[in-house]
Amino acid sequence: MTTPILEIRNLHARIEDREILKGVNLIIPPGEVHAVMGRNGSGKSTLSYVLAGKEDYEITDGEVLLDGENLLDMEPHERAAAGLFLAFQYPIEIPGVATMTFLKAAINSQRKARGEGELSTPDFMRAVKTAGTELNIDTDMLKRPLNVGFSGGEKKRAEVLQMALLQPKMCILDETDSGLDIDALQVVSKGVNALRNGNRSMLVITHYQRLLNHIVPDVVHVFSDGRIVESGDKDLALQLEAKGYADFDGAAA
Amino acid sequence: MADYDDIPTLKENIDRATVDSVRSLDVDKYKYGFETDIESDMAPKGLSEDTVRFISAKKNEPQWMLDWRLEAYARWLTMTEPNWAKVHYPKIDLQDMYFYAAPKSTPAPTSLDEVDPELLKMYDKLGIPLKEREILAGVERPKVAVDAVMDSVSVVTTFREELSKVGIIFCSISEAIREYPELVQKYLASVVPVSDNYYATLNCAVFTDGSFVYIPKGVRCPMELSTYFRINEKKTGQFERTLIIAEADSYVSYLEGCTAPMRDENQLHAAVVELVALENAEIKYSTVQNWYPGDKDGKGGIYNFVTKRGDCRGDNSKISWTQVETGSAITWKYPSCILRGDGSRGEFYSIAISNGYQQVDSGTKMIHLGKNTSSRIIAKGIAAGFSDNTYRGQVSAHAKAKNARNFTQCDSLLIGDKCGAHTVPYIESRNGTAVFEHEATTSKISDDQMFYCAQRGLDEEEAVALIVNGFVRDVLQHLPMEFMVETQKLISISLEGSVG
Ligand SMILES: Nc1ncnc2c1ncn2[C@@H]1O[C@H](COP(=O)(O)OP(=O)(O)O)[C@@H](O)[C@H]1O
Ligand SMILES: [Mg+2]
Repeated sequence: MTTPILEIRNLHARIEDREILKGVNLIIPPGEVHAVMGRNGSGKSTLSYVLAGKEDYEITDGEVLLDGENLLDMEPHERAAAGLFLAFQYPIEIPGVATMTFLKAAINSQRKARGEGELSTPDFMRAVKTAGTELNIDTDMLKRPLNVGFSGGEKKRAEVLQMALLQPKMCILDETDSGLDIDALQVVSKGVNALRNGNRSMLVITHYQRLLNHIVPDVVHVFSDGRIVESGDKDLALQLEAKGYADFDGAAA
Repeated sequence: MADYDDIPTLKENIDRATVDSVRSLDVDKYKYGFETDIESDMAPKGLSEDTVRFISAKKNEPQWMLDWRLEAYARWLTMTEPNWAKVHYPKIDLQDMYFYAAPKSTPAPTSLDEVDPELLKMYDKLGIPLKEREILAGVERPKVAVDAVMDSVSVVTTFREELSKVGIIFCSISEAIREYPELVQKYLASVVPVSDNYYATLNCAVFTDGSFVYIPKGVRCPMELSTYFRINEKKTGQFERTLIIAEADSYVSYLEGCTAPMRDENQLHAAVVELVALENAEIKYSTVQNWYPGDKDGKGGIYNFVTKRGDCRGDNSKISWTQVETGSAITWKYPSCILRGDGSRGEFYSIAISNGYQQVDSGTKMIHLGKNTSSRIIAKGIAAGFSDNTYRGQVSAHAKAKNARNFTQCDSLLIGDKCGAHTVPYIESRNGTAVFEHEATTSKISDDQMFYCAQRGLDEEEAVALIVNGFVRDVLQHLPMEFMVETQKLISISLEGSVG
């Protein structure tokens, strides 16, 4: 059997005194796209932060393997270099740092961490240009400080641009559809779909079914009160849309 | 944010430790009498008329210069130390200091193996060639050191030949006093008067070193003038005196200091820099200052009390100060512009970084005297560790300064919660047509920013360096090109260990 790209076993996490993740189990084999759907406040973003290593959370139980390696032992920047990428629900502004400069710094520190040489400036420029064109990102936008004054759509496109350039093994997209109009949604989805391949896995978090019309998942999970309560194929998303989350609440209790 | 004042005991300990380390530098190991001995390489300890005479004699100065120094000394005796800057330091006992060729507290290292490994690590990161590292670290291995000094002397000579072809004078201030007395007499202390302030007056009495630059009318200096070689040639004095004169329609760009940290036995530095720009002339003065800030507990750093002032004496003249301050235990400096000529312009671009237990009190003064004068101030303060970073600025318009314009942008960035940043602007306008704008911001590197950067693969130091370099971007671009990259590196290094 091939090693899953992501394997989460009985993951429990709390913030301050409140348990948010209450036993998450999830296995994503190479090349598969899994969607996690759940209502606001069910703990989806928490799951993505815990996987990326945000320090506010205490992990009280469970295990996470990224391509067979113990993820929870790694520092956040090591997880990134190991191939974990999180497209943030709310991307953070980095004033004064041109998007281009940020991209180059990120790529090169990941390469360094993996023992690879720095990307030459022409190679870098070529890669940015190719990926940027796909996402309607022009040079002007790349000169602006990262996420500062970006519209909702620009922020999400910039996230996908970073994902395209960093070539992660495991992509987590947290509410990438939020704040996007239909045109922007199409551009972003096209960008994401272009990155799908047999080795790269994705975890697409959303609470609207509409994103999944564009990024069609292999598996859909329903998330409720800190755990996965139901899994199925893409039709599960349509069922959810029709019936609402109420039917699934407490299903695993 | 915790202010420095919140931790008095800690601070007192540091002050104490600094005093102790200074004491141990001079007092116990060298016990010289008070007789004046011109043959000796050392002035008698302490400050007296004899010290002033000794220095002047050592420099072969003419009588007028000695008289000038003695008058300054007499004046200084009547003055008291200023205490308004937001820096705290133990009282400096001037009678316990050497004012000329201070003896070394410890024998000079004979190889790099004996040099503080932290210092070497920094040279390594800055990519400084081995030979230069030895000189910077004060290694005394006669052969190598002499070769290197010879190298730099010959470079300087070539430089000077090229410059003299267009009539530019670039030499030490001592040489200028002997060779160009009319120029020195005309301009020395014409910008910073002898009685200006306690440290400046002290400097007049005892200065031992510094540069002199004269750019003739209509000449554009063909190269960046730098003290770098001169400092390599000889240890920089603790009381430097620099005088730069740009005649009408001339231009010069001058760079002081270097990014490499200098080991220096002298604890107190009180330099005076005077710039004179005549009609249509432009002087660009850039400083990269990276003196030893003290060890990680704040011990043994340098006190840097500097008076820098430029006089836009001619109409439409321009003086611009750009500074990057990362060193020193205590910095007290306010490069200023007197905008005397009509239509003259002053600029001040500053990056002041404090980490560890450093204290920085810096800023500028723009004094608008002439009509249609304008000034621009961009100050970026970065405080990390337990440091304290104050911007102090003054902008004033005289009654005759019609249509004076100033724009001030003052931004502070805090790293961690044990440091402090303060902005103290004074604005004074005696003219209804003057327009002064002031903008100030204080920000912190947030945990969210650090996490975001980490998620993209940057470790903490890389993330801080990237964010800080972004923060100072508008100032960095005013530095001479060749120093921009070095300075970026220096900024990252200065902030190492400031997070986590
Ligand atoms: N910093 C925090 N401190 C306390 N509670 C938090 C914090 N962040 C999130 N929560 C709580 O955790 C729960 C899950 O939030 P989140 O993971 O953002 O949900 P979702 O992404 O599914 O909308 C919510 O009830 C939220 O209020
Ligand atoms: Mg969320």
